[in-house]
Amino acid sequence: MTASSAEAALFWVLAPLMVLAALGLLFARKAVHAAVCVMFVMVGLAILYVAQEAPFLGVVQVVVYTGAVMMLFLFVLMLVGVDSADSLTETIKGQRWLGVLLGLGLVVVLLGVIAQAAFPPAVGLAATEELTNPVALARVLLGDYVLAMEVVGVLLVTAALAGLVLTHRRRLSVRPTQRVLAAARVAALPQGRTLTPLPAPGVYAQNNAMDTPALGPDGEPLPHSVPRVLRIRGQERSATAVLAEEETLVTREDLRLLGVGPAADATVEQVGDPVATGTTDEGTGDEGPGDERSGDVDGEVR
Amino acid sequence: MEITNYLGLAAILFAIGATTVLLRRNAIVVFMGVELMLNATNLAFVTFARIHGDVTGQVLAFFVMVVAAAEVVVGLAIIITIFRSRRSASVDDVNLLHS
Repeated sequence: MTASSAEAALFWVLAPLMVLAALGLLFARKAVHAAVCVMFVMVGLAILYVAQEAPFLGVVQVVVYTGAVMMLFLFVLMLVGVDSADSLTETIKGQRWLGVLLGLGLVVVLLGVIAQAAFPPAVGLAATEELTNPVALARVLLGDYVLAMEVVGVLLVTAALAGLVLTHRRRLSVRPTQRVLAAARVAALPQGRTLTPLPAPGVYAQNNAMDTPALGPDGEPLPHSVPRVLRIRGQERSATAVLAEEETLVTREDLRLLGVGPAADATVEQVGDPVATGTTDEGTGDEGPGDERSGDVDGEVR
Repeated sequence: MEITNYLGLAAILFAIGATTVLLRRNAIVVFMGVELMLNATNLAFVTFARIHGDVTGQVLAFFVMVVAAAEVVVGLAIIITIFRSRRSASVDDVNLLHS
């Protein structure tokens, strides 16, 4: 039995893309890129399952692998640190070439076996599935393999327990109380720590992103209102640039409203100032939940 | 197109997964290589189920998926535990038993 031409087209489109994505797992420097590549391979496999008369497995593939397993991988990547790129230094001499050689050898051997083997003429699953694919699967699963099914259930419960036990952290020190924390905070005052939470990033008319510093009561930008991570990476924006951008927008809007004339300049002065001071108030006076968040980020890094 | 082409794809994916396990240093990427190998075998199972006209192959692929899910839970928990104690997810750094 040969596949239909539609299936052949699907296969020849999907298979090279899947192999490319799988190679992405091999060559991507960052683990997150590798995870995305594997996700693509898994979705492609689900499509191939559906094409191969296994719609139930296709759905399970998407739900279990793409939905649960790869999400778990991404969670662990977030815990371990997304930035940790692989080091490329060889610790075992010749390991890389040996690995490539073994991989190529495996491909050659497997493909050779498949090419040499004589397969019986494919019959397809249409005859065995009286009703639908899930029903046929359930008959076998709960008939011939019911004991294995039970054992797998026990395995899953054990694995869940193992996950809990392995990631459980025993507390080695006394849990710090609020009083202890307060005392520590006051004691750190000479080192430049503040008693209050750190100020939130600035909120402007056009911009309330985390990377823009707030303005203090004196109109000067407060650098510590931007999360420390962004500051270290040099990704913070300057408040003066944001304000200048807004001012040009205001100017342009005024010119558009009044029509371009000699009086436009005077009105710009009038309108421009209150807006600037207004944003200043907003930026510094905001004591919302964002405040705590920036403090949290700082605490993590420290 | 012959249906055995699917087996060829499965073989290539399996070999890429195996090479990843051999070459990559990051424990999480190595783990993803293992997952890729399991997925490749599943594709072979499904293809053989179709060739022989028997859904048992699909049932076995289903079992492989379940066991892989359990394995991922335990494996990732181990990786997190190692990361907590060693501050590294590299398989080369886990050499406490060395010498």
